[in-house]
Amino acid sequence: MKTTPGWDANLAAEIIGRHKDTEGPLLPILHSLQHAFGYIPEPAEPMVAEALNISRAEVHGVVTFYHDYRHAPAGRHVLKLCQAEACQACGSDALAARAEEKLGVKLGETSADGRVTLEPVYCLGLCSVSPSAMIDGRIVGRLDANKLDALLAETSR
Amino acid sequence: MSAIRIYVPGDAAAVACGADDIAKTIRDLAAQRRIDVQIVRNGSRGMHWLEPMLEVTTPEGRIAYGPVEAGDVESVFDAMLGNGQALGGEHKLRVGKPEDHPFMKKQTRLTFARCGIVDPRSLEDYCAHGGYRGLNKALAKPANIVNEVTQSGLRGRGGAGFPTGIKWKTVADTKADQKYIVCNADEGDSGTFADRMIMEGDPFVLIEGMTIAGIAVGATKGYIYIRSEYPHAIDVMNDAISAARRGGVLGAKVCGSDYVFDLEVRVGAGAYVCGEETALLDSLEGKRGQVRAKPPLPAHKGLFGKPTVINNVLSLATVPIIMDKGAEFYKNFGMGRSRGTMPIQLAGNLNYGGLFETAFGITLGELVDDIGGGCFTGRPVKAVQVGGPLGAYFPRALFDTPFDYEAFAAKDGLIGHGGIVVFDDSVDMAKQARFAMEFCAIESCGKCTPCRIGSTRGVETVDRIMKGIERTKNLEVLTDLCNTMKFGSLCALGGFTPYPVMSALTHFPEDFGGAPRLEAAE
Repeated sequence: MKTTPGWDANLAAEIIGRHKDTEGPLLPILHSLQHAFGYIPEPAEPMVAEALNISRAEVHGVVTFYHDYRHAPAGRHVLKLCQAEACQACGSDALAARAEEKLGVKLGETSADGRVTLEPVYCLGLCSVSPSAMIDGRIVGRLDANKLDALLAETSR
Repeated sequence: MSAIRIYVPGDAAAVACGADDIAKTIRDLAAQRRIDVQIVRNGSRGMHWLEPMLEVTTPEGRIAYGPVEAGDVESVFDAMLGNGQALGGEHKLRVGKPEDHPFMKKQTRLTFARCGIVDPRSLEDYCAHGGYRGLNKALAKPANIVNEVTQSGLRGRGGAGFPTGIKWKTVADTKADQKYIVCNADEGDSGTFADRMIMEGDPFVLIEGMTIAGIAVGATKGYIYIRSEYPHAIDVMNDAISAARRGGVLGAKVCGSDYVFDLEVRVGAGAYVCGEETALLDSLEGKRGQVRAKPPLPAHKGLFGKPTVINNVLSLATVPIIMDKGAEFYKNFGMGRSRGTMPIQLAGNLNYGGLFETAFGITLGELVDDIGGGCFTGRPVKAVQVGGPLGAYFPRALFDTPFDYEAFAAKDGLIGHGGIVVFDDSVDMAKQARFAMEFCAIESCGKCTPCRIGSTRGVETVDRIMKGIERTKNLEVLTDLCNTMKFGSLCALGGFTPYPVMSALTHFPEDFGGAPRLEAAE
């Protein structure tokens, strides 16, 4: 049985109600749910299905299709390292390996203590100041080993 | 005396290099020294190696300094403002007038005419720099819009290069109670950032372009689908849409006319395939972003089954200048069937990366060597990927290829959305081919088999080749697989992934042969 930390059915209902009458409401609803809970709690799925008159399978299909939607809360910090070609051309592979080694997690994993989630991202559009990263929503360009180490230190706070 | 204007770009490339902190420091310095300073968060001029590039307005014009790091801010501030006067004085980081810089002088800026110059959140500033002249001309002769866009020769800047005017005409000719304009701002290709720059630096030009499209085809509602990786662009677009509504250029009476047009930003959720137009429409409808089979065309049955114009940001943002200056003016730039200008994005291992808008026809070699200045690592350029993750890798031997849709297609490549990613000689092309397949496997929508299964088999096959296992046989398998993906896939994701793979194999065979490679290379 999956746990659902922070789950609040009333809040979920309020969020669903806020968007349900817009055109194509599913993605805006899921974005808002994730914003509120940090992930898409499973009990929200049947509620969304009911409100939009679609099947629960359709909702689950959408939740699992998009990379952005989380099925469990992320770590306290989220460090995304761009791994696309323009960053590869400037050494992003080595930086990812360094981050993996120092944090003891692989790309796509959260540390056991829940401190940090390390993720790949395929392009932040900062290809002219690559390699790039995003930490807790803040973007960083011209990443090198020193700058990366500073970001890794931030994740231990 | 009015405040001295200092420009600190709010463009994500500048912000990623510290522009927000610099803006704060400048505010503090101005307060300390009691100098009346107005900070404008402009877009970027596109000289990204100079970002964050600060500018001060002086009696002689705007004077730039860059790249400014945290430790330089105070001395740059003092050079800009001697004794409280807008001086633009000497400093080791002084660039001079940005428009006089060789990188800018060599360009023809039509789509990007205002980017980096105006305050992106100010409708007044937009209008003061020629904004809404295109729409006003369109309103004077609305029946002529589609013809003008067709005559201009404008082709879809998202990558497919389909004539924009023909798309619009199809929608205009289709009867329906509701039509839509959808802007594809799901700029997922690595090496591209022109859409992001326009949205962050000149968002009203996109709003104006979409409004003109709405009037041309009879659509009253538009959506801008922006990828979630672009939070800054989302913010600026939303602010600009609000300002446009307040200013009466969007909403119930567009510029006082009887036309209705409104816009909404929708945010993607991290799926590369949603940059494909039909997958994007499904995503907007709240479905999995899966590719639709065509026909029906989106122009007949698009968003919610209604006739829909779906265009890239750059295509729509180019419409206002075409309406303002005329189709003839725009058409006069370019070569062959590639008319007008292309905002080219120089990225990766380059000395001078950034945005370079120029008429079609410039060669790849000029772009990489002369404009981009070669690799910043100081090593020789080995390969250049043009057109994003689905674009071919070009060797130096093909650097004489002119930037033109047909010329690139003739060399088994594509210009795509105009991104150029440069690699030095340390790159392993087999690894890049493997990545192309891996990326396709990660991002495949799963609807068609060649893309969904072919990409995974492709990764495995490249792995075997890299390990030296039955090399000749596996090279044959890879070639055959690429052929199946190219001709059997539903959309460009599976259909174009063979471009980077086969170009790597064709132009750099040495990276696929020889001794067995170590696992550690991955």
